[in-house]
Formats: sequence, structure tokens, C-alpha cells
Amino acid sequence: MVDSITLGESLRRQGVSRRGFMKFCAATASMMALPPSMIPAIAASLEKARRPSVIWLSFQECTGCTESLTRSHAPTVEGLIFDFISLDYHHTLQVASGDQAEAAREAAMHENAGKYIVVVDGSIPGPTSNPGYSTIAGISNYDTLMETVKGAAAVIAVGTCAAYGGLPMANPNPTGAVAIQDVVKDKPIVNVPGCPPIPTVITGVLAHFLTFAKLPELDSLGRPVAFYGQSIHDRCYRRPFYDKGLFAATFDDEGARKGWCLYRLGCKGPMTYNACATAKWNLGTSWPVESGHGCLGCSEPNFWDAGGFYQALSIPTSNVTRTAAAAVAAGAAIGIAAGLANRARKSASKAKHQTVTVDQLGEG
Amino acid sequence: MDFLLWVRGPAFDVAVAIFVIGVVARLLEILLLGRARSYSEPKGSQVGPGFAEIFKRSVPLPDIVRRGAVTLVGGYIFHIGLFVTIFLFVPHIEFINSVFGVRWPGLPNPVVDAVTVITMVALIVLLVHRIIQPVKRMLSGFEDYFTWLVTFLPILTGWLAYHRVVDPYPLILGIHILSVLLLLVVLPFTKLMHTFTVFISRWYNGAIYGRRGVQS
Amino acid sequence: MSSLTLERGLHDFKAAIDAPIASFFSSCVHCGLCAEACLFYVETGDPKYTPIRKLEPLRRVWEQEYTLFGRLKKLVGLSKAVTDEELEEWKELLYASCTMCGRCSQVCPVGNDIAYMVKKAREGMVSSGHAPEPLVGAATRAVKIGSPMGVKWPAVQNQIKHVEADTGLKIPIDVQGAEYMPLLSSMEIINFPEYLGALAKIFKQAGITWTLASKAFEATNAGHQIGSSDIERELVVRVVNEAERLGVKFVIGPECGHAFNAIRWDGPELIGRPYKFRVLHIIELLEQLRTQGRLKVDSKVTERLTFHDPCNMARKSGIVNEQRNLLGMVATNFVDMPDNGIHNWCCGGGGGANSMEEYEHLRLKAFGVKRRQLEAVEPELLVTACANCRLTIEEGLEHYKMEIPIAGLTEMIAEHLKEDESAA
Repeated sequence: MVDSITLGESLRRQGVSRRGFMKFCAATASMMALPPSMIPAIAASLEKARRPSVIWLSFQECTGCTESLTRSHAPTVEGLIFDFISLDYHHTLQVASGDQAEAAREAAMHENAGKYIVVVDGSIPGPTSNPGYSTIAGISNYDTLMETVKGAAAVIAVGTCAAYGGLPMANPNPTGAVAIQDVVKDKPIVNVPGCPPIPTVITGVLAHFLTFAKLPELDSLGRPVAFYGQSIHDRCYRRPFYDKGLFAATFDDEGARKGWCLYRLGCKGPMTYNACATAKWNLGTSWPVESGHGCLGCSEPNFWDAGGFYQALSIPTSNVTRTAAAAVAAGAAIGIAAGLANRARKSASKAKHQTVTVDQLGEG
Repeated sequence: MDFLLWVRGPAFDVAVAIFVIGVVARLLEILLLGRARSYSEPKGSQVGPGFAEIFKRSVPLPDIVRRGAVTLVGGYIFHIGLFVTIFLFVPHIEFINSVFGVRWPGLPNPVVDAVTVITMVALIVLLVHRIIQPVKRMLSGFEDYFTWLVTFLPILTGWLAYHRVVDPYPLILGIHILSVLLLLVVLPFTKLMHTFTVFISRWYNGAIYGRRGVQS
Repeated sequence: MSSLTLERGLHDFKAAIDAPIASFFSSCVHCGLCAEACLFYVETGDPKYTPIRKLEPLRRVWEQEYTLFGRLKKLVGLSKAVTDEELEEWKELLYASCTMCGRCSQVCPVGNDIAYMVKKAREGMVSSGHAPEPLVGAATRAVKIGSPMGVKWPAVQNQIKHVEADTGLKIPIDVQGAEYMPLLSSMEIINFPEYLGALAKIFKQAGITWTLASKAFEATNAGHQIGSSDIERELVVRVVNEAERLGVKFVIGPECGHAFNAIRWDGPELIGRPYKFRVLHIIELLEQLRTQGRLKVDSKVTERLTFHDPCNMARKSGIVNEQRNLLGMVATNFVDMPDNGIHNWCCGGGGGANSMEEYEHLRLKAFGVKRRQLEAVEPELLVTACANCRLTIEEGLEHYKMEIPIAGLTEMIAEHLKEDESAA
């Protein structure tokens, strides 16, 4: 249900001081690489922001994205902003269920036509797949999605599943899973990938939308450049070790204990674009590499099929040893055949040799 | 990125297959032609001198050092540089280990980086020399220039990838790997085959002259 | 209608290609260093003399016949056939500007034995009718008369008479069961007859039994030079038959480069079996005698001298220290040229090159390397062990007005033998 109080009013009612609010605005500005001069604009916008309707659709997902987002929930400003957004439909967080929940969704769509935001997590079985793989209230995910986005202002695909297909789409893709951007073609889409994404990245995107009434600058994969513009590799605190050629070889060797680079243990940092190395997780507690485990590349498309998590990036995903072995056999067969043919041709030429005599040379 | 996954996956497989089939077939094609039996009295052995020549041939004659300085120096810098960039760079060592199960320590990345630049410079110098030096110019044709390019590209794109000069990284890494696949596919059918046949030709040379008792 | 056709030549090219040649063509990276070792390129600066380029017709036959990829290219019409015009153009490259000296084989970084390939390529040149006229003449005379210079046994007998008169020693002929049977080259018989006398003196002092063969005195193998194994075989067989008939233990190659090569290395392959005798170069024999103490000199050459190592002796047969040890015995002031031993530069006249009058200018130009070697050392005397080298160098020295006398090593040793033991 839409409420008519502004964000500023809401925060004051909850006891958040002006100072606290400004601190959040400053943090948001800095996260989005906006200059300090933008902070008043952010503050003014957010102050006046009315709670937009948000419909959160969950399809073939593990709920990890929701967990990530709400786990960071504490008496923090992010959580409160979330309260301020009118979350009109969310499987995990909503009170209603069954027909009631569906009715609430339809009502929100109708009342806020053209203005509501659709947030999606999880991939969907594609239009040519058996719709029975994933349904809600007896309706296929695909139908639900296409119907719901019709009146949306924008779609935010949260998590790698929604953004690129994620785990369900991984080999052999039994459900024919596709990403949201594969089927939604006529609405602005922001991909916020990660498995799961960092909480403050999600709220940062929302805050951007609330502030500027448009979506942030996106990269070629539809991700906000502010959060996904840098590779893990370029922001990793272990980079000096990579450069010096100091690598951990196993998870408990001397190198690992000394915090050396995890390239050899499969870190996909070089090809992964996300904010983990700077924003980190759990309110800045740590992130995978800092905990001693290589980056999985979870914000990249097809990261599940990108070669083993513990195989270095330079190792191909195909079974080269097996291919090479088979090729040796094939090459040997061809080579022996060619070699024997060569010998036969040479013998034939030798047989055709006519003895050279000086008489013949004399004629020529 | 799908492109990177494709070059690391099915494209890699195909390229390795063509490469291995090509190399094995060509080696057999050469060796099975055989050699006539020798009836003359040998003055020395063949096998030992054959293997020795594989190494000794890497040391040039003094007057050749003078006359062929650009070719020799450029050639050595290129080959040694190539060896360092391929075999002493940790990401490459990881790849080799995944296929052959052997590994060795690598050099620090900045060192490999510097060597890579030197290698590229040597290659460019050799290309210019090939164009302006009369003997090389007369000997060279399409194949020589094409194989130069096919050899230069992996080194250049590898360097560009390492320095993350092109965005996004998966694109330039994919291009680098693709350029390596091109090199693999082209190798067995061009003079690049010398990578493998040089051991055979040097062996034969050492064997022929070793049999004649020539101490080189 | 000539029976020498392109088709015959192509078959002989194909038959000549073996695994070594296939590996050589596969390994060539067009580095051009072979040219830097070839005296013809080095002195003229003309890249057409690049050694590996001399093999281009053979290389194309290899590619088109013996490589899968090459056969494929041929099928789709992407390959260039070898033609008579091309072979005619290549006559100069394979004969006049190549002595098969082997320096290129020594220098090629991938180990290509280019000289070996040149010899094999000549097979096809011969049977396609593209062998040079002077070599055809030499081969014809060798087969029909017994010597490429047309020297017959009576002429030899004449020289023998002079030698016997000069030395007071008898020259044995056709002696059954003699230990050693020396061969002579026409060049020596005509130009340097002192060689035979030297042999007589040395063999007397050393106390070895020896004989000439009247039916097989000629060492020169025009078949080797023209590059036809058939003709080479025909000439070698004459020597083999006589040597085996006389039951000699050793056949001694004379101071002649390719002749030694032909009898020592090629002969057994041509007849398809080992000899019943062994072959030594005269210098090898002299060195053996020296180490056994059977060679004694009582005077020495005191002039500043140097040695020109014939290619077929040093680079192609490994005979390098022998001559230096012998010079150590008979000379007091020996100095090596730069690039000596197996690295020596060819005189420019071997492999049949000398017989091509038409290309004398090229040989004289190529002689520049030899000039520089000599100028670096400034000898008063040049010693060598190959009659052809001697002749070629003499011509070169004369052309450049360099006054350096040349001596054959065997003769030099004979001249300084201890007198009382060499008297009759």
C-alpha cells in the first residue's frame, strides 16, 4: 500500500538524526563516485522522496540475494530506506500469502502503473521451456514476469541468476533457464549481479533511482559502473604479491598463511568486476580473498561454467589432456598413412630411374 | 563473457586437436622417408654427435657473429624472450601443469613484463631487417610475413592483457588466447614447424658429420 | 630426341629426397645466415647465391610430393611446378656457384646440410639434361677414356719413367697382394708429377709394400662432380674391382678433395656393400707412419708457412690434426690462417666448379675471401693437400698479383726425408 509520508518524515519518526541522514548521503555519494558537491542534492532528493512501489519477483532463486540484503539489516539507514520503499510484493518478507499476495501485487501494479519498480531475483525457464519447471500460483515465471513488467518504470535484476542466468543456467541447464534481459526487451534494466550481490550495492542503485529519477550509468553488461567498473584484481590488496610473483600453492601453505596472491588456487579476480575488494561484506568485515579463498567471479555471466573454482584462470575449461591424447593417436594414424604413401611414391620414382650414361649426356 | 568462455573451451579443444594432429602427422611424414643404409667405414659414431649437435649448433661461428649480427642477436633475444614469456610466467605455468602435471617456479611478473617488451622490439627489428636485407628479402614470401604476424600477436595481446590496456579484461584476454590458438593451428603447416624439426635436422647434421669423424 | 627429360629429372629429384632432406626443408626459417658462410655470396653480395635458395626446385618437389599440405595445395592449383626454364637458370646456382664445400652446412642454425642437398639435387639436373657442358665432357672422357682430362695409361707410364729416373726408385705396378694401392688424380699426373716420386720415397723409407693399378689409377670421379650416382658408380667400380682383384689392404686417396670423398664415403653406398679393403687419405697414412716412427726427416722448412685445409679433407672427412702434426715435424714456422681447419674457406674450385671456364670471373671474385685469409697471415709459402685447390689458388694468386708459392704437403715431406734411408 502506498503511504504518503516522505522519506525525511519517516526517518525523523524513526529517530534518525539529520546528522545520521547526511552521513548516509555522503557515504552513498562516495560509493557512487559522485563529488561531495552532490551530497546536498542527494539529501534534498531523498528528503522529499515518496515511497515508490516496489514489486519484488522471486523465480528460480535460492533466496540468497534477499538474505544478503536483509542480513545487513541492523538499525542502519539502509534498512530504514527499505522500510521507506513500499515493498508491495516479496515472497520472503510479505505478510500475505496465496491469493491475497497475488491480489496485492496486481493492485500495486494497477495503482502505480508506469511508476513502480520491478526487482527480480532468480532466473526463469525460457519461453520455449516447459513452464512447469517453475510456477507461482499456477502461473509460469515467464508469464508472471512479462505481465508484471508491462507497467514498470524500470527493472532491477538482482543477483547473477536474474542478471545472467546464474546457477540454473549452468551446464546442462535442465530448465532452459534464461536471464531477465534475455526476455525483457522494452524496459530499462539494471543488472546487479553477484552471488549474492553486496547489500550496499543494491541500496546504492535504488538510492540513485530515487535521487535522480533515472538509472545509473551502466557498463556493457548492464551493471552500474559505479560498483562494477573496477575489477577485483585492480583493487585487490594482495595485488603486490601477484606482481612480485608470490603465490599460495595450497590453502594452508606458507604462502597462504602469509596472505599471498591466490591466482594459482583459482582466483578469478582478474576477470571479475565487482566492489568486493573495496566495499567488502558484512559491513566491511571481510571478503573472500581476505578470508583466504579465491574470488569465484560470481558477478560474471556463466561463472559456474568458467572452469573449476580451484583452477587458475589460465587453465582452459576443456579437457586438453584428453583431446591431445586422442589427437596424438589420430595424428599418428594420418602420419603413418602419409609416410607410407611417401615411401611408396619414392620407391616408384626409384623404379622409374633410368641409368644415366655418358652417351645419353652426349645427346642432350 | 561468452567470448572468453568460448576460447577457453570448445575453441581451445579444436585448436589443440589440429595442432597435435598436425605436428605428429608431419613428424611421421618426415621420418618415415627414412635414410639409406651406410656401407662405408665410419670414422666416428652417429648417435652421440647427433645429440651433441642439437646443443652445439646454438653456438655460432665467430665470423658469422660478425656478418649475421642482426639476425643472430635478434634471433636469440626473440627466442630466449619467447621462452621466458611462455614458460616462466606463472599463469602459463599453471596451464602447462594442468595438461602435463609438471610445474616449476616462475619469474616475478614485472620481470616477464620487461622481457616481453624486449622480445617485441626484437621481433620488430627482425621484421624490418627481413624487408631491407637483400638475402632475407629474396628468400621471404607470404608465409614468412604471415608467420611473423602470427607469432607477434600472442606476445602483443598477452602484454596488452597483462596491463589491462583494453576494457573489459575478458575481451582482451579472450583475444590473447584466440591469437595463441591461431598460432597453434598454423604452426604444423608452416616454417614454424622448425620448433620441432630443428631437433631432427640438427641431429641428422651431427650424425652425418659425426660418422665422418668431423669434430665440430 | 634426347632421353634426358624433365620427367626423368623430377623422378630423380623425388628418389633423392630422404628423411634428412625432409627435415631440412621443414626446418628452414629463411634466416639467410647460410649466405654469410658462402664465399660466392660474401664476395659478390648477390643474394641469388644464397645456399638454401639453390635448392628451391628440389624443395618444391619435396613440398608437392611428400607433404600432405603440399599435395593439397597442388590439388587446388596453388603450387608452382618445376620447369625446364627454371632448372636451366639453376644450373649456375647448383654448379658454378657451389663447390659443395659445406660451409653453409656448418653454419645453418637449424642444422641443414645444404651441401648434401646440392649433391642430391644434381642427380635430377643430370637426368633432365641440365648438367653443365664442361662436366658432361669430363664425365664422358672419364668413362670412355679412363680419365676426365683424357689421360690414358701410356701417358701415366711416361710420367712413371721420368719419376723412376729422377728418384732412382722403381714404381710397382699391378703387384698382387701389395698392402697399399695409391690412386692418382689426373691433375697430379699432368701438373704435379712430383707427387708420385714423393710417394715412392716415403714408402721406401717407411718400408711398406705398395702398387699402382694400371686399370685403376685414376682417382678423380667426374660422376661425383656432375652429381650422377650412376656415373660415379661406374668409375668407382673400376677401382674397387682392381683393388679387390689385387687383394690390397688399403686404397690411398691422393691429394685431391672430391676424389677422396668419392672413394671413401660414396663408393660403398653406390655398390651397396662394404669394401674388402680400407680407404685412407694419403695424409692420414703419412700421419700414421709418423706416429709409428716410420717417417723421418732430417731437414726442415724454415719459411713462414700456412696451410689451406681442403674442404673435402677437413670439413667433410675430419682430417685436420694430421696435417698439422706432419707440418710440426717438417716445418719450424707454421702459422694458421684465421678460419682454419674445418672452418676454412673454400678455394672456390671444387665440386667441378673449376672446369667451368665460363664462370672464371665468379671464381676469381670469390677468391677474395682466400686473399683476405692470406693477407692476415702473410705467409712466404702456402701448403695444401689437394691438387685442385693448388691449381685454383695459383690462378687466384696470379690474378691478384700475390706472390706466394704453393707446395703439396706430401711432396714437401718427401723433400726433407732423411737422405741415407731414401737412397736406392
